[in-house]
Amino acid sequence: MQTASGLKKTPLYESHLSLQAKMAPFGGWLMPIQYEGILAEHAHTRQEVSVFDICHMGELILEADPATSSFDRIITQDVVSMPVGLCRYGFMLNEQGGIIDDLIVYRLYDKNWMLVVNAATIASDEGQLYRHLSGGCRLKNASSALGKLDVQGPRSRDVMVKIFGDSIARLGYYNCGEFFLWGERCIVSRTGYTGELGYEVYIPLEKTQRLWDTLLKDRRVKPAGLGSRDTLRLEMGYPLYGQDIDAQHTPLAAGLERFVDFSKDFIGKGALIKEREAGPKERLVYLVSDSRRAPRHGFGIFDGDRRVGTVTSGSFSPSLSAGIAMGYVAGNYQAGNRLFIRDAAVEIPVRVTKKPFYSKTAL
Amino acid sequence: MEIPEGLFYTKDHEWARLEGKTAYVGITDYAKTSLGDITFVELPKIGEALKQSGFSATVESVKAASDVYAPFSGKVTQVNQELSSHPELVNQSPYEKGYFFAIEISDEAEKAALMDAAAYRKYLEGLS
Repeated sequence: MQTASGLKKTPLYESHLSLQAKMAPFGGWLMPIQYEGILAEHAHTRQEVSVFDICHMGELILEADPATSSFDRIITQDVVSMPVGLCRYGFMLNEQGGIIDDLIVYRLYDKNWMLVVNAATIASDEGQLYRHLSGGCRLKNASSALGKLDVQGPRSRDVMVKIFGDSIARLGYYNCGEFFLWGERCIVSRTGYTGELGYEVYIPLEKTQRLWDTLLKDRRVKPAGLGSRDTLRLEMGYPLYGQDIDAQHTPLAAGLERFVDFSKDFIGKGALIKEREAGPKERLVYLVSDSRRAPRHGFGIFDGDRRVGTVTSGSFSPSLSAGIAMGYVAGNYQAGNRLFIRDAAVEIPVRVTKKPFYSKTAL
Repeated sequence: MEIPEGLFYTKDHEWARLEGKTAYVGITDYAKTSLGDITFVELPKIGEALKQSGFSATVESVKAASDVYAPFSGKVTQVNQELSSHPELVNQSPYEKGYFFAIEISDEAEKAALMDAAAYRKYLEGLS
């Protein structure tokens, strides 16, 4: 579905309006930013269970022969020999080591993978895959056929068991599987973008509404929008593509080398090895403010009077009641170092810290 | 949308309540609803001289920061210190507990530039 402004709508658009959501554009889609309020939705996700409409994200299905496919070269993680039923977070890189996208790769069957990618990068991801996949592979963009709902929060397991049955309780962290609901095949993984126990559910598009309604009939579940999704992920120090990571930055600069498998070959590896030897020019750091004032995207990061970097993501942290930020800086700053974030009329003293900004539960 | 009678309103969605020479100032129900959850408020200093329509305070929500302008010229005589640790008072009670500051106004005639409740209600209808 498309609006007059050219923005796409998810199948839950009318439900969002009837819940009086504030809607705004995101990645070419008109998405719910908040319902009751970002702080309430953030707290509910940390304490109970929230459901997020994430239908805008892309799903690419790849059929390939693990023995001969060049798929493994396109992803920084080992995805071809990973066991069926596992998910891995990793990157597609260009030859310079810049990040084309961050994604989660699901191994659904022996010769079948699902790539869950960002809404705004589906076309560039497909381009990269078509350029480098060897013959005998089949790639299908399933984004418009699949709905995606994220069920996140400490009580999400109980909620999911009630809908999908007991077997879903055995799904481990970063595992995925096939589950049948109303005669339809769904893919469910124990993953998420909030730092809480949670699940991501992929369901045929036409059944998305029914799952949404069923979830919201459970009194423990409330809808949450992209506003709280952003504060939740930022408290965990999870990067947002297009903001904290992009084609101008490598996984090394972003401090995400643990999602890069240097024991295998992948596109961009040569550039990363050179960068590792020379030391990255910039590094993503995590900054926490002494006050409630929030640093914002684009604010400068200063060491005394000297500008050393730029904020990529910043917000008020509901869990810490303080401003938090991520940003790239030139220089080797360590946890505890004092810096300043400045904009035209604003100065926010901050200190360097380690991610996550907030931690509580087992995932 | 709550728009109490007897207050003066600006086009930028501040309100002022006159008590003799003192004007209490805050942001309207409409303003706090469109900002969402208020997370931080920076207030002027006591004794600071403000000009009508000039910058007086900053209010931040989770998503954005906005400037608050002074409805009247005058000198700041009180600030609502509660807001530094409980900015959510602006969401809960925008016209009472969530007021920002008070000023001793220098020229009551400035109220000619402000709207009464009926005019502000009409102004909001024109915005939607």
